[in-house]
Amino acid sequence: MSSIMVSRVKQKQIAQLISSGKRLDGRGLTDYREVQLEDGVIERAEGSARVRLGKTEVMVGIKIEVGEPFPDVPNEGVLTVNAELVPLASPTFEPGPPDENSIELARVVDRGIRESKAVALEKLCVEPGKKVFIVFVDIYVLNHDGNLIDASAIASLAALLNTKMFNYEVKEGEVKIKPGYTSLPVRNYPMAVTFAKISDKLVVDPWLEEEQVMDARLTVTVEKDGKVCAVQKGGYGYFTMQQVLEAAKIAREKAEELRKLVVKG
Amino acid sequence: MLQETPRKLIDESGIRLDGRGLNELRPIKIEVGVLSNADGSAYIEQGKSKILAAVYGPKEVHPKHLALPDRALLRCRYHMAPFSVEERKSPAPSRREMELSKVIREALEPSVFVEYYPRTSIDLFIEVLQADGGTRCSGITVASLALADAGIPMRDLVAACAAGKVEGRLALDLTDLEDKGGEADVPLAWMPNLNAVTLLQMDGMLTMEEFEHVVNLALQGCKQIYQLQKETLKAKYVTVKEAVEE
Repeated sequence: MSSIMVSRVKQKQIAQLISSGKRLDGRGLTDYREVQLEDGVIERAEGSARVRLGKTEVMVGIKIEVGEPFPDVPNEGVLTVNAELVPLASPTFEPGPPDENSIELARVVDRGIRESKAVALEKLCVEPGKKVFIVFVDIYVLNHDGNLIDASAIASLAALLNTKMFNYEVKEGEVKIKPGYTSLPVRNYPMAVTFAKISDKLVVDPWLEEEQVMDARLTVTVEKDGKVCAVQKGGYGYFTMQQVLEAAKIAREKAEELRKLVVKG
Repeated sequence: MLQETPRKLIDESGIRLDGRGLNELRPIKIEVGVLSNADGSAYIEQGKSKILAAVYGPKEVHPKHLALPDRALLRCRYHMAPFSVEERKSPAPSRREMELSKVIREALEPSVFVEYYPRTSIDLFIEVLQADGGTRCSGITVASLALADAGIPMRDLVAACAAGKVEGRLALDLTDLEDKGGEADVPLAWMPNLNAVTLLQMDGMLTMEEFEHVVNLALQGCKQIYQLQKETLKAKYVTVKEAVEE
């Protein structure tokens, strides 16, 4: 992915402000941009959500199909997460098969959902070893203004939470759809919190221009009881050990905040 | 080559299936300069994991438009041989391999003075010949040596090691069985001279306290591996120096 050009003057300004604890858009170092969440935006999908994180915009649609389980877990449904960086979202996104950025994005979101066992996959088995439900989580980036991971994680969880499973019965080995719906069994709420390292400081929820200036990126995903369930470092720079541990602590607080926006009641 | 899954991965006294204690690394064997065509190469055996790495470059970039005006383009391919795992792996790059190629590149790039070689590429190939857990870490360890063997100027060697949680206990350098049967795995890459964590990933579930312990445990592993890396390089170039002096 080619990069967005940020002028040297602006790069310097962003970095200098951060070293004095401020940010160009007026946020504090650990503040998120405004999060706007709409769910159920696509009627054809079993579940869906659209998240705006500042100007970053991500839509997630959930589709459910009947398919075969993995041979090593014959009694469990299948969860797959895929991300599309569609060309309309940024001048740097090119059409074509998923590149490493979209694969990383999908896999980091996937890890949070999978490792926190958010979706009760064992309840999605129709016939052990033969038929299970496959939950497709498709992340669709609509506007890229930085921090796609957190926006996608929020949207994915919100979409899973409003996913309706069709009622069904099994007749002669075939799954027949019956009228009515039940909600998808979701029992954990992982939230990804991403940091950028700029001027040797940790900054939460980097926007696009901050991402161009940052040395490195660190995502810590925290589940509902405050346990860490996924971590991913990205970018060409590095973190010190102290920064890693500090990030984990901040992530726990921030995850709690975000969770209140997504999980109601 | 099917193995039966044993019931317990760690016994009451903290001894693991392969006889190791919780804080012990697997036996490691490293060689550098193992391939004649490559500008730099290295080979590692860490327990049953066997991995080869080769470096080509700095050299002209193909395709040319990828060249960077101010630094070298570091490219990395992490790839597993079809016979490296229990069930044959298709040789086409999987999504996992693509992600690992990216994070490994990002783990190594901070160590390389890429700005010394603008408009060139440094191509790094990691081939996993046999996998038994921790291959991204062993891959980074061995690739860093291959870069050094190629004579590319570096800030430091990068040592990598994983730690995790298995049957409720925190343990260093997990094997494949321990990783699959365990509760969490945290791979970490480290440059000691800069106190720099250049790769950090995690899957599984850990409390904050456990996370801190596991990260520190992995760091201890990195320190030991770093010593081995240095010894390997010294051993190789001392013999070269002696040969030259004769």
